[in-house]
Amino acid sequence: MPILEVEHLRKSFGATRVLDDISFTMEPGTALSIIGSSGSGKTTLLRCLNFLERPDAGIIRVKGETLLDAASPASDFQRNIRLKRLHFGLVFQSFNLFPQYTALENVTLAEKLLAREKPDWKDNKSAYLKSIEEHGCALLAEMGLQDRMGNYPHQLSGGQCQRVAIARALALNPDILCFDEPTSALDPELTGEVLRVIRSLADRSTTMIIVTHEMSFARDVADHVIFMDSGTICEQGSPDEVFLHPQQERTRQFLSHYAD
Amino acid sequence: MTFAEQFPIVLGSLNTGFLQTFRLFLITLVGAIPLGMLLAVAEISRWKLLRAFIRTVVWIVRGSPLMIQLLIIFYFPGLVLNTPIWGGGESGRFAAASVAFIINYACYFCEIFRGGIQGIPVGQEEAGLVLGMKPAQIFFRVKLLQVIKAILPPISNEIITLIKDTSLARIIALQEIIWAGQSFMKGSQGISGVIWPLFFTGIYYLAFTGILTILFARLEKKLSYFR
Repeated sequence: MPILEVEHLRKSFGATRVLDDISFTMEPGTALSIIGSSGSGKTTLLRCLNFLERPDAGIIRVKGETLLDAASPASDFQRNIRLKRLHFGLVFQSFNLFPQYTALENVTLAEKLLAREKPDWKDNKSAYLKSIEEHGCALLAEMGLQDRMGNYPHQLSGGQCQRVAIARALALNPDILCFDEPTSALDPELTGEVLRVIRSLADRSTTMIIVTHEMSFARDVADHVIFMDSGTICEQGSPDEVFLHPQQERTRQFLSHYAD
Repeated sequence: MTFAEQFPIVLGSLNTGFLQTFRLFLITLVGAIPLGMLLAVAEISRWKLLRAFIRTVVWIVRGSPLMIQLLIIFYFPGLVLNTPIWGGGESGRFAAASVAFIINYACYFCEIFRGGIQGIPVGQEEAGLVLGMKPAQIFFRVKLLQVIKAILPPISNEIITLIKDTSLARIIALQEIIWAGQSFMKGSQGISGVIWPLFFTGIYYLAFTGILTILFARLEKKLSYFR
């Protein structure tokens, strides 16, 4: 069974159609790269999946459960929206770390707040906090940041910040982890360390959607590639199909800008 | 009367006057900060009419002299409406001055709070949302400290202005420190035609603003651990 099914997603901002009839599916443990020029709707698609935007039409299903059916009333969109969001994680282009918290606190904050909603929170408070703390430390260690846990975001490099943000998103064990141009704010040297982390997540079969302008990375890390153009899926297929044998003229044109 | 004889008498009077100044300062802060927060929340609310109403009130209050507002609030009920709600005496004058100052400063604080809240990058809110936080959690756990850090300098500015603005209450004869200093020009406790007590009040203001400046510098330093 696919872990994610997106059907006929549409979204307009005013008169501008940003997403037009987007449909695709994802199998668990696979990585999907979404490429395309700026303004082609890639980011809006991720924002729809994370319930930061409400699509005008379409269906989003995760593990067979319909999280969103735009045909139902707006109140349905808001109902349990927090729980629906937790199926997805999102890593932002600009990190959006919380500046007043240390790296470790950034990673553990949301998990601690969610633990308070557990019925046995009061009785097992210290046990919960301890395990959350350990989980956070383990995630940061995985990101190669074991020496940076007590640092505040402004004391970290861009690449380190983004790795903290990845750990923060992983802390809530999302079904699907989304990356919105995770390296666009980084210089080439720092880009490498972030891409290595994403690569290692892919090697461990983390289900991921990666919006990126790093073409060689998109090709290398993904099991499936989608090329978007002016709000539509212009072409999709395996990395070799899309990168080596593109069927659409628009895809060839786009990829030619990246030929080196 | 020699200066040495005048000095303790004047000092006693100025101390009493300063106590009234300090009380007006304190009650204004205690009233205007929460009221300003409420106004700020209303000003960024969804309801257009409410926003327009608050904006108009803020415009009128910030756009006219505090001195006129003091006079209107003190005299209007008694002289125009024939219902002297403030009563006579110092306590009535203090109540009227408090109301005028609270309303006036709430409007200034409102704009500072609104600017502080709206100045937080939208990405902070979105990061909280995708991590499954509730709106209240996002406000208190993510945004609030950042807002406080951002508004500390303009707030300290406003509070230092407030100390000096309290002297405007002299216009409705509130017996604050300027009133106390001036009384020795007209004649009080056997001293008359003396102007140095009025100038001497400046020492009180300088000392008070000095203490507050140090206090705010400490607060800002406390919050300098993040950017």
